[in-house]
Amino acid sequence: MRNDPDERAAVPNGSHADETPAGGLNIVLNGETRNVAQGLSVAGLLAELGVEPAMVVVEHNRRILARDRLDATPVSEADVLEVVHFVGGG
Amino acid sequence: MSGTTVVDGDFVIGGRTFASRLIVGTGKYRSNAEMVGAIRASGAEMVTVAVRRVDLDRGAEEGILHHLDPAEFFLLPNTAGCYTVADALRYARLGRAAGLSEWVKLEVIGDERTLLPDTAATIEAARQLVGEGFSVMAYTSDDLIAALRLEDAGCVAVMPLASPIGSGLGVVNPYYIREIKRRLSVPVIVDAGVGTASDACVTMEQGVDGVLMNTAIASAADPVAMARAMRLAVQAGRDAYLAGRMEAREIAVPSSPRAGMLGGV
Repeated sequence: MRNDPDERAAVPNGSHADETPAGGLNIVLNGETRNVAQGLSVAGLLAELGVEPAMVVVEHNRRILARDRLDATPVSEADVLEVVHFVGGG
Repeated sequence: MSGTTVVDGDFVIGGRTFASRLIVGTGKYRSNAEMVGAIRASGAEMVTVAVRRVDLDRGAEEGILHHLDPAEFFLLPNTAGCYTVADALRYARLGRAAGLSEWVKLEVIGDERTLLPDTAATIEAARQLVGEGFSVMAYTSDDLIAALRLEDAGCVAVMPLASPIGSGLGVVNPYYIREIKRRLSVPVIVDAGVGTASDACVTMEQGVDGVLMNTAIASAADPVAMARAMRLAVQAGRDAYLAGRMEAREIAVPSSPRAGMLGGV
């Protein structure tokens, strides 16, 4: 599933110093492909999404990510992330 | 009151005492405010919740933790909607990772139309989760053998259905429910199928330890009023069971004495 790191580095980044998605990463987040900025941690991604970490559980490539690991875990190309929470149920 | 009046014991599951024998779900309510009002009116302490994806476009305020305080209610994550052992384990582990407790309401469904449980898969998943340190409350059919196997697997409670989830048909097989209760040592909680207060009362009159319901309250025209009715019905059924009912007989027996009737016509 994961792309070769060299291929990742080869992704065109644009000639301007500005940031935009061309150079981002493609991940699958809650079942949908998304392009996100490079260099984000999972905690950073949650912050961008407006999600409070204490209210959710994150599964990263099928492994549950403990809350104290959210900061230290980088988001990488082709990552599959699930962000879940409790909803009404019987 | 007479000193001989039967006093109920504590409702203890897995070493933890609960204030109410009524356990309620949180699904299908028209609003969060109505859900919270109904749960408070029900008097339930244990409350089930489901694990689902955050809707990232709508924001995370949809999460139930924004509405139910885990300090006020004991939240029990379920594995509802899972059809395989692997899925049930995945959902159970995600629920535990939220950090509330080691408890899970295990549910492995085997059929879409009836939502009847896959009891073989439920037993297998229960063994695995108990081995991982979970306190497992297992939803199952009203099948005695499955119930015994779930107790063997180490479940802290076994939860046979009254009738299919969301059906409101009441207890379709009171004899099997009574037999499961007679044969198991762990608490037996009837989960699913109650439609109205009389169903809850009849359920508790079978001698089971508790009852779990969701749709009967959430889909009532006035969920808060129905929640109160359910609280009273569960209490009434429990008290009636403990009181020991009279023998039923298919002939009238007068309540007033024959002696002392006036003479003449």
